[in-house]
Amino acid sequence: MLGLLGPNGAGKSTTMRMLTGQARATSGRITVLDHEIPAESKQARSRMGVVPQTDNLDIELTAEQNLSMFAALYRIPRRERPAAVDRALEIAQLGDRRSSKVSELSGGMKRRLLIARGLVHRPELVLLDEPTVGLDPQVRQELWSLIDALRSEGTTILMSTHYIEEAERLADDVAVVSHGKIVARGTPHALRKEHVGSRATEFYGAPARLAELERTAKEAGLATRRTGPSITVLRSEDAEDRLLDSFGDGVHRQANLEDVFVLLTGEVLH
Amino acid sequence: MPTGVRPTRRYEWATFEGVWNRQITLFKRYWMSSTTGSVVQPIIYLLAFGLGVGTLVATVDNISYVEFVGTGSVATAVLFASAFPGMFNTYVQRVFQKTYDALLAAPVSVDELTLAEGTWIATKAGVYGSFPLVVTFFFGLAPTWGMLLVPFIGFLTGLGFAFFGMWVSAIIKNIEQTSYITSIVLTPLFLVAGTFFPISNLPQGLQVAAQFNPLYHCVELVRAASFGWQMPNDLYHFGVLIVFAVLTWLLAVAQLRKKLVD
Repeated sequence: MLGLLGPNGAGKSTTMRMLTGQARATSGRITVLDHEIPAESKQARSRMGVVPQTDNLDIELTAEQNLSMFAALYRIPRRERPAAVDRALEIAQLGDRRSSKVSELSGGMKRRLLIARGLVHRPELVLLDEPTVGLDPQVRQELWSLIDALRSEGTTILMSTHYIEEAERLADDVAVVSHGKIVARGTPHALRKEHVGSRATEFYGAPARLAELERTAKEAGLATRRTGPSITVLRSEDAEDRLLDSFGDGVHRQANLEDVFVLLTGEVLH
Repeated sequence: MPTGVRPTRRYEWATFEGVWNRQITLFKRYWMSSTTGSVVQPIIYLLAFGLGVGTLVATVDNISYVEFVGTGSVATAVLFASAFPGMFNTYVQRVFQKTYDALLAAPVSVDELTLAEGTWIATKAGVYGSFPLVVTFFFGLAPTWGMLLVPFIGFLTGLGFAFFGMWVSAIIKNIEQTSYITSIVLTPLFLVAGTFFPISNLPQGLQVAAQFNPLYHCVELVRAASFGWQMPNDLYHFGVLIVFAVLTWLLAVAQLRKKLVD
């Protein structure tokens, strides 16, 4: 799985839409599964599963009807459609809700159905655009296990997200995106190691104090970033203990992809 | 490996099957309100004019006035059953429900989507359009073999107006703007189509204008199917309806593509 990590407006959804031919690139060349886009986008789309960010299920139809409609559009032979629909319902754990209208499903169920719809034809490539945006943490965890299961089955997935944790947990490979450009790419581990080390230490204090810490750290050759009411010293495992102690009581934590992102782009992920 | 067969052609049956399946499933839920909306209004016009004005006017062009309006009302019913779904349903599905975004992420092209939606609407328009004719049977209209062509005439006319509505739906900025089209374009079209009064009595300018009104050609064809063909005039009417459908189809595809593909 490749994760596109970047803030809203970085061009993640646009990238997804370009891959399906629903947005046209102004320059360059796109191929998906060896199909030239947009010329052969229909062929490419028949081998891809797309899970959009905005829920576009047919709310007046049942879960089952939504799936069988797409089973037909994805050219699954008529005889095989019921089995494909059953399988998709099972993936989404909606077997007992197959006859419920979409409007009667919870937010999490709708999202699972949306994912199942993109999987009904066993695609070779799945595009997941912000799969857990707007869902509460518990539902998000559920979806993560669903996506993780897909990944372990060997399905190739391209996922966009602006949630650090999502990218860190699910992506084998992360592309950090800012203003339409990839600014860094690698495994979450390699990205952290290369850009921000293994440990980060946060210091809290009044704004004036934080500004002073920032200056001192910079003089000592340490990278820092603002994190709301605190500043974070990156790669703090390399800093002299004496220096860190002089900063006051710091809170150590593991460096994460957000540190990488902020350091590389100067932007905040939200 | 995907289980489906790879699409290769520009227009494929699977797309139509998929889009039509969806509409049929939805129709099973809405057939009552959809049918009422499309059928009752033209029949009310038919009864109001046929029975009301019919007491003042006995015959038009040697046809009893009820039969004159009854055959003409086919065009009104076709218009209501095609232009309105074309505008409203297409707008709602594209803008509010984002259905078209979902369909275009599957192996469906804008051309196929437009054609599939348009032919679905036109098929309903062909069926609904025949209702006023059936009602007129009860007022003495004699069934003829030619009338079997009326659903087809309704389909062809409805196809053009469905595409017209779809084109409009992709131009307007919000759904309220459909009222401009309804009042400025559609109302005059259905009033000056020869449905309720013959256009031959109108001033020369309006008679010429009526030649550009697809509904007028629809009305003429339905009357020809009911009371006798007049060649080559009727071929000309068919030709105009075909040109209308092709033209609006091209406009609808181009405009919808503009809105659906960034």
